[in-house]
Amino acid sequence: MYAPEFQYYRAASVAEAAELLSKNPDAKILAGGHSLIPVLKLRLAAPSALIDIGRIEVLRGIECSSGTIRIGALTTHAELAASAELRARAQALAEAAGMIGDPAVRNRGTIGGNVAHADPASDLPQVLSCLGAEFLITGPQGERRLGASEFFEGLMSTALGEDEILTAIELPEAGAGEGSAYAKFAHPASRYAVIGAAAKVAANNGTCTAASVVLGGLCPAPVRAEAVERALVGRSLTDEAIGSASRATAESLDDDEVLGDVYASAGYRKAVAPVWVRRAVTAAASRSG
Amino acid sequence: MSASTFGSGIRRREDPRLITGSATYTDDINLHGTLHAAMLRSPYAHARIAGIDTSQASQAPGVVAVYTAADTEGELAPAPCAWLLPNSELKIADFHCLAKETVRYVGDIVAVVVAESQYQACDALDLIEVDYEPLDTVVEPKQAAATNAPQLHAGIEGNQAFHWTVTGGGDIGEAFEKADVVVSETIVQQRLIPNAMEPRAALASYKPATGELTLWSTTQNPHIVRFLCSLVTNVPEDRLRVIAPEVGGGFGSKIAVYPADFITVFCSKRLGVPVKWVESRTENYQATTHGRDHIQEIELAATADGKITGIRATVWAGMGAYLSTAAPGIPTILHGLMLSGVYDIPAIHEDVYGIYTNTTPVEAYRGAGRPEATFMLERLVDLLAAKIGADPAEIRRRNFIPKFDDGHDVVTGLTYDSGDYAGALGKLLDEAGYAQLRADQAAARENGRYIGLGLSTYVEICGLGPSQVAGAIGFQGGLWESAILRFHPSGKVHVMIGASPHGQGEETTFAQIVAGELGVSPDDVKVIHGDTDNTPMGWGTYGSRTTAVGGAALALAARKIREKAKIIAAHLLEAAVEDMDYEDGKFFVKGSPDSSKTIQDIALMANVAWNMPEGVEAGLEATSFYDPPNFVFPYGAHLAVVEIDPETGHVELKRYVAVDDCGPQINPVIVEGQVHGGIVQGIGQALWEEAVYDEGGQLLTGSMLDYAIPRADRLPDIEVHSTVTPSPHHPLGVKGIGEAGTIASTAAVYNAVIDALQPLGVEGVRMPLTPERVWRSIQDVQERN
Ligand SMILES: Cc1cc2nc3c(=O)[nH]c(=O)nc-3n(C[C@H](O)[C@H](O)[C@H](O)COP(=O)(O)OP(=O)(O)OC[C@H]3O[C@@H](n4cnc5c(N)ncnc54)[C@H](O)[C@@H]3O)c2cc1C
Repeated sequence: MYAPEFQYYRAASVAEAAELLSKNPDAKILAGGHSLIPVLKLRLAAPSALIDIGRIEVLRGIECSSGTIRIGALTTHAELAASAELRARAQALAEAAGMIGDPAVRNRGTIGGNVAHADPASDLPQVLSCLGAEFLITGPQGERRLGASEFFEGLMSTALGEDEILTAIELPEAGAGEGSAYAKFAHPASRYAVIGAAAKVAANNGTCTAASVVLGGLCPAPVRAEAVERALVGRSLTDEAIGSASRATAESLDDDEVLGDVYASAGYRKAVAPVWVRRAVTAAASRSG
Repeated sequence: MSASTFGSGIRRREDPRLITGSATYTDDINLHGTLHAAMLRSPYAHARIAGIDTSQASQAPGVVAVYTAADTEGELAPAPCAWLLPNSELKIADFHCLAKETVRYVGDIVAVVVAESQYQACDALDLIEVDYEPLDTVVEPKQAAATNAPQLHAGIEGNQAFHWTVTGGGDIGEAFEKADVVVSETIVQQRLIPNAMEPRAALASYKPATGELTLWSTTQNPHIVRFLCSLVTNVPEDRLRVIAPEVGGGFGSKIAVYPADFITVFCSKRLGVPVKWVESRTENYQATTHGRDHIQEIELAATADGKITGIRATVWAGMGAYLSTAAPGIPTILHGLMLSGVYDIPAIHEDVYGIYTNTTPVEAYRGAGRPEATFMLERLVDLLAAKIGADPAEIRRRNFIPKFDDGHDVVTGLTYDSGDYAGALGKLLDEAGYAQLRADQAAARENGRYIGLGLSTYVEICGLGPSQVAGAIGFQGGLWESAILRFHPSGKVHVMIGASPHGQGEETTFAQIVAGELGVSPDDVKVIHGDTDNTPMGWGTYGSRTTAVGGAALALAARKIREKAKIIAAHLLEAAVEDMDYEDGKFFVKGSPDSSKTIQDIALMANVAWNMPEGVEAGLEATSFYDPPNFVFPYGAHLAVVEIDPETGHVELKRYVAVDDCGPQINPVIVEGQVHGGIVQGIGQALWEEAVYDEGGQLLTGSMLDYAIPRADRLPDIEVHSTVTPSPHHPLGVKGIGEAGTIASTAAVYNAVIDALQPLGVEGVRMPLTPERVWRSIQDVQERN
């Protein structure tokens, strides 16, 4: 299809982008364009202007210092997947980024665009929620920082104001004895997540000391599987223990919230979700201490 | 270059331009002053049009014209259905190019906007106001055939487009009465979307000064488009030139002639300037033809030891809202007549009901009728094997038609050309290591793993076909092909051919045919196709007929050239024609190969004509028309190996082994490519693909986000083998290979999945075999027990 008419601006700096946003109330930020352009072509949105932030170099890149990983909003999925630092210190994120779409999507799509779009079938929201990420936001009121549970509000909606820009995401490096992993049931057409399970496990001598398990694909926003987390902590991470803990997944899934479509119904997704939780936790456990 | 070029896997000459993006597709052609058309399509599957207001759209920036049905009155006939199936009470509903009064599927065209740019045309579509009064809809063919179903067309009772029957051999009732064993099943051959990489497009350029119109069209058959377009638009056939430039795949969806193309022609005629229309992928999904869509109720009768004694079936074939150009022949002639398959079956009966529904019209889709026939048989045979406790390979062997090399009649009335079905299966089982696979499967079951093996043995009818048969079965055209082969003075060759390849590789294989026949290098042969002004008449590329029919015409033209060249050579060597010999492009007096004339020497002499034999015309050129005496019948045996994850229902395709026999292979690499592509499309039907409509007729799988096309990373390496059984009646012995893979593979994968699920008690799962469907089938059995 053909997009409706819009103005195009290319911002040279975050400040310029912010200014353009405030001057064009109906405008949209353009990052990799892999979610926004399809929306325009289907004429599901008709912004007056696109503000391209794609050349703002300071928004790009992965930095690790004193236990914190800072990822620029423009960092592509391919860069996340290829990052040796992430593969060592935030395995689930590198793993999930490598499972997004196909190479073309990974080369263009950005972490910032992915979370700002907040598609319930995306991979990164649940991973970033699981890993305790924080979202750095710039707007007319200055800068602010939100945790994942505040940032992701619901179906394709976030706490980002219309005049705000997401500049970076920060997350803690995996500590001693910690491991994380991502397991995904990909849709055969779109490759988006039908179910995506992110798990982070801390262990001491094979006994789980902390666990974080977050699911995507199932509900409008990422869902923390608290019952699974509780069932893991204090247990020795055997296959049996992980299997039985995973079965508690359903307790965190509200029937009214679980999404379904022609490919996979809500009931099916809910019934098989524990399998992906088990796979993610098992892999995370194998990377933990 | 020696004759051995025929049969060698030289690279496809098409590929450099295709893979470097330098090929010219319809949308790449830019004529000065071109305007752009956009079609307003109905968002309702069934509605009365109470009114259309185009006034705002007409005023929109860049808009030159907006037309509705009222404007085309008397200038555009309905889009024709050109397969008038006899003895079937065929009822053709008018497929108006622009809907009059009623829309009958989401995608029916209501209005067209012509504007200076494509964007302006699309913007103006939003400004057209149509007052729709929604009507009840029906999307599933058996439901549409039921009493009380919403009726699509006045005077077409029960939405029945046709009722066709095939009855052959002995009394079918008696076969079932006397049967020791009967197995039956209901199969849904779900509706598929062909997904050619290039969407459809049309560029029409009318010259008011001459009354001539050129239509660039994404078609598989430009001469048919010329013929039918002339009938619909009143542009005389001699003034109408149809060009199929590079066409990016068709799979059957570019056989039909479409309303949008005729509307584009109308706009150019009316406005006197070039008008271009390029469909979006959304339109492609909504309005370019779909395939399959059968509900099949099938049963098989057999003796206690597994000898088939009869097949009986009733099929409801969803045709969509209107009959597309060749649609009536697909679920009938190309399906029902193939119900004997590779088996010796003494009695066959099938009823096929073609039913109108509020959906996109269906057409041929790779395999076209034969995959649906093969699937039925291969399911029934597997059910029979399961019922009597025989191995599926063994049950097939017990029923195969014995080896034959010059004709075998089956009870549906066809005469197969040649085949060794047991030979193909034997080779498959050897190559795959079948016995070991069965042992591995048993061991895996012990460990709680669900591995399945699926066989599919098939024969298919292609190389369409004798024109006399075309006439008898109501096909409103011939099915011969023609070729002109012309030598230039320097010995280079032009081939002008009526067939219209669009990705299959015949520019390469046709050059190889000429090389094989005349000893020139294939590099010296240019193959020209796809332009009705520059090529002889041809009936197009579909039904795996391009090499089988067009290639034969070309070979015969080359042989005529050889005869003429021999006469000229004899003259130049001062010898009698009877004393001449030919080898590898050289003509010489028998026994003296050292003193010879090459084909290039003769081409030069024939072109300058300084010294020609008495009574021989100048030039070295020949035209041939080839009307095949019979169809060709490629066949083979395929095996799929799958593993099921019972916890989630996921199906993993672990191995795929194919043995195909298409006779002598002109280019084995191209054959392998066709087999690969074909197999993958059939796997797509088994595992992933389905056009899903909701009850209101909205296409829920309306884009590639939801409609799952096979992807390379979900497939194993396909192991391709072949046997070679020439067709006795074909000048080169060759049979078609374009559709064989698709015809075989859906059943192989399906059978493998059911085989894997057998210990869990699952007997059938509706296609596509999505994880949820497989998982539910397991749950259902567990709940029942
Ligand atoms: C074929 C295909 C397959 C895909 N498969 C997957 C998959 O498997 N998993 C998955 O997670 N995703 C998938 N995606 C989505 C992909 O990851 C997108 O690239 C991503 O969701 C959006 O990133 P983008 O940079 O392209 O954003 P854009 O499309 O440019 O923008 C998306 C939205 O975010 C806003 N935005 C972008 N950047 C910022 C910013 N810095 N601050 C504020 N707002 C911003 C835009 O205004 C817009 O509303 C797929 C996409 C396609 C086309």
